[in-house]
Amino acid sequence: MRLAEFKDHQRELYYFQLRIGIAGAFVLAAFSLLLLRFVYLQIVQYDYYRTKAEDNRISIVPIMPNRGLILDRSGTVLARNYSAYTLEISPGKVADLEKTINGLESIVEIRPSDRTRFKRLMIEAKGADSLPIRTRLTDEEVAKFAANRYRFPGVDIQARLFRQYPLNELASHLVGYIGRINDRDVERIDDEGLTANYKGTDHIGKTGLEQSYESELHGITGYEQVEVDSGGRGVRTLSRTSPTSGNNLVLTLDIKLQEVAEQAFGENRGALVAIEPATGGILAFVSKPGFDPNLFVDGIDLASWDLLNTSPDRPMVNRALAGTYPPGSTFKPYMALAALELGKRTPQQTIYDPGFFQFGNHRFRDDKVGGHGTVDMYKSIVASCDTYYYMLGNDLGIDNIARFIGQFGFGAKTGIDIEGEATGVLPSQEWKRRHFKKPEQQKWYAGETISIGIGQGYNAYTPLQMAQAMATIANNGVIYRPHLVNYIENIRSGERTLVEPKVERAIPLKPENIEFIKRALAAVNTEGTGARAFAKAEYTSAGKTGTAQVVALKQNEKYNERNVAERHRDHALFIAFAPLESPKIALAVVVENAGFGARAAAPIARQVLDYYLLGKRVDKPAAEVSADDGDD
Amino acid sequence: MRGDFQQPFKNLWLRTTDKIDPPLFALAVALLLLGIITLASAAHETPARVTGQAVNILVALSVMWAVAQFQPQTLMRLALPAYALGLALLVAVALFGEVVNGARRWLDIGVTRIQPSEIMKIAMPLMLAWYFHKHEATLRLRDYLVASLLLVVPVLLIARQPDLGTALLVTAAGFYVIFLAGLSWKILIGLALAACASLPFLWSLMHDYQRRRILTLLDPTSDPLGAGYHIIQSVIAVGSGGLAGKGWLKGTQAHLEFIPERSTDFIFAVFSEEFGLIGNCILLLLYLLLIARGLTIAANAPTFFARLMAGAVTLTFFTYVFVNMGMVSGILPVVGVPLPLVSFGGTALVTLFLGIGILMSIHRHRKLVQT
Repeated sequence: MRLAEFKDHQRELYYFQLRIGIAGAFVLAAFSLLLLRFVYLQIVQYDYYRTKAEDNRISIVPIMPNRGLILDRSGTVLARNYSAYTLEISPGKVADLEKTINGLESIVEIRPSDRTRFKRLMIEAKGADSLPIRTRLTDEEVAKFAANRYRFPGVDIQARLFRQYPLNELASHLVGYIGRINDRDVERIDDEGLTANYKGTDHIGKTGLEQSYESELHGITGYEQVEVDSGGRGVRTLSRTSPTSGNNLVLTLDIKLQEVAEQAFGENRGALVAIEPATGGILAFVSKPGFDPNLFVDGIDLASWDLLNTSPDRPMVNRALAGTYPPGSTFKPYMALAALELGKRTPQQTIYDPGFFQFGNHRFRDDKVGGHGTVDMYKSIVASCDTYYYMLGNDLGIDNIARFIGQFGFGAKTGIDIEGEATGVLPSQEWKRRHFKKPEQQKWYAGETISIGIGQGYNAYTPLQMAQAMATIANNGVIYRPHLVNYIENIRSGERTLVEPKVERAIPLKPENIEFIKRALAAVNTEGTGARAFAKAEYTSAGKTGTAQVVALKQNEKYNERNVAERHRDHALFIAFAPLESPKIALAVVVENAGFGARAAAPIARQVLDYYLLGKRVDKPAAEVSADDGDD
Repeated sequence: MRGDFQQPFKNLWLRTTDKIDPPLFALAVALLLLGIITLASAAHETPARVTGQAVNILVALSVMWAVAQFQPQTLMRLALPAYALGLALLVAVALFGEVVNGARRWLDIGVTRIQPSEIMKIAMPLMLAWYFHKHEATLRLRDYLVASLLLVVPVLLIARQPDLGTALLVTAAGFYVIFLAGLSWKILIGLALAACASLPFLWSLMHDYQRRRILTLLDPTSDPLGAGYHIIQSVIAVGSGGLAGKGWLKGTQAHLEFIPERSTDFIFAVFSEEFGLIGNCILLLLYLLLIARGLTIAANAPTFFARLMAGAVTLTFFTYVFVNMGMVSGILPVVGVPLPLVSFGGTALVTLFLGIGILMSIHRHRKLVQT
């Protein structure tokens, strides 16, 4: 019995120990599995996980370079940077945006316009890490938010550099503005392979010099390797590559001259381009009305944007660059030069002007009732006789006109150093064939050449082209490429890259012909259509008035300003250069819907020339002078 | 004279230490030291945790010492009351428990809050071992069924709290007793198959966060910022440790706060990152030796109760290690199981040393019973 019990006990113990052994084997197996896993992670995959841990730990933080400044020729700042605090939200880290913004409102002032702007930015700048809900925080607001920061994960204060245009509307079209990078910009940046350099940059030049010289102004982004914790907070800086500031642009523009010109326009719409004939450097570049480029820097609010875009005055259009106008009578000197160079007229040859030119059964009217009588080339320019040029146009033929006039750059991009230039229209048989689709429209009719002769018809040129052509006359046929930037300055090295005056081409002109034209243009300002505006000028000058029809008049209809809606009134034009002997400035002025060129445009030119040549400032809109006997 | 003078002290020393098993104690202390060293790195910003853990260790060692003084029979007598108390408290928790972090685990007993599920980690094997011991001579299938019932009821209560980690450990402890008591292989295999078959059912019983943990284990990258984040970051910590580790206090994952719960459940990630594969091998070896010692004690234990108890306590200890390391290295789902003797936390430490104390008691009293 006892033995059996003992045996039983032994067997039981044996079974138990067997099971303990099995359990032990299981433990060994499990530990082996763990060991295998450790070897896999720490030996086989070591490089992978080490990299992962480093990526976790090290964050590359881009450091934005300072954007280059834009200065006028004497160093006046047109665009600069200033540092300010912004309150920014990282949309990806915020669960309920609306709630967060409402919460923030109790700490800092958030205007409805801030909200709409933020929403607009959300749409425009998809994928941006952080977007401003408020800009330019006061010190007090910064302190208040800092105390409440823990309540707003994903919201932070950033010190940012802001672009500022201290002169506001002045030269706004020329300087342009920067705005937030949008999808289209991102695409372009990618295409140009600049993605890395734009990390950390959220603004880019959108128009004007800011756009065209983006690559000079932007600079090179620096980087900082920062060790961060799991919350993304920087713990320490491991290495730093400093950013390189963008280059400064120093313009040929004379901002005081620009100011004088803009003031001279008063409330008028229009454009003025003034060029230094000897270099092609732009001295003034006016497009009225302008806009405040500062509005665009933080992202413009919808109301202001709508206002600017729907205004019938179209303030966002750079008229000097992209507006095209018929040159009207300012076309005549070029027509006359064509006649001389092509041997179609001599200066002495006269015509008789009965007040109209009869072509088939169509009567082309001269503005002067009863006509100018006997007219030679000199008188045709000084008094701006239309009939002379109706006939001349007819005699030259459209293709001769196009070929000769085209040499002055009419109907072709000048190659100025900002984007957005319009081509304009230099009418020719070929142009008509290309421009129209229907066969009957593609044919050029001889009758159409006649109004081309007085700068009407299909003629359409930018004020920049008109100014460049005037400068070419002043230069005796040498064309310089117009440019706004005088030199590009590297701030660090002080190195200046000069924009060399570049001769595009020289038109071969007979000296006696160009001298004759210049003499006639000088007479315009002393005894002709420009004489009133240039009364008692203390310098010699050459000029030509022009009036461009906005709406074609019907046969036998007489233009009466009072009967025409304001926006259908004629544009006033004036081209000029001075001094006559050694021209320092050439310009073109277009005043929209202002009627006779002599009355509205010439006085603006006078103020600009007075300031540029004599330093005289009147600081008020140019007063209209009464029209004299001329055609315009 | 001199000898006489020293004699009383020597006796006192002998008497206080004679129940302490030197190998077990040495291994436990070695692990505690590794734990304190790792904690000093993991909790470098909150040094109070290190001193707090030192106090926990003192308390836990006292408990071990005290338990080691008891005879196994005394422990056996405590089995039923401890189990009954544990069960009653679990019911009380289900009815009046405090909800912390979405789980009803704590019971406020006026002076302090207690977590009754922790009691079950010891009370469960104690109860089952006692039950099998009582029916040692006449073990039948019915006894296993009763034992299973004794196991399942508290486990369900714990799982419902929900506390998957503790439920798992209590189940493991109970199962080890039943296994060691000789449940037939046929039934074991049948149970394993049934368990597999019931997985879909278990799935339907699980809480959302528990399901997510399992799903994220299968593919942590599916939710890299949410539930998968813990696993991804701790695996990166382990892997980036390499062969020799980044060095003590030099773990970037740990010090830049990428590792969650880095002084408690995920402390192994910190250890692994700073001490590498070599450190892991040393740690595994220490655990293996400790478990081996425990199983040896079980194999040589005099009574059925002592054998079952010692075996279950040791294997439960193994379960802690395996589940925790498996979780941290990304081969097991995230369940709240600490790394024994290393993780910060008093409750787990006391429970673990209670177990070690029981092992020592069983080992030191084996001859007494046999004679």
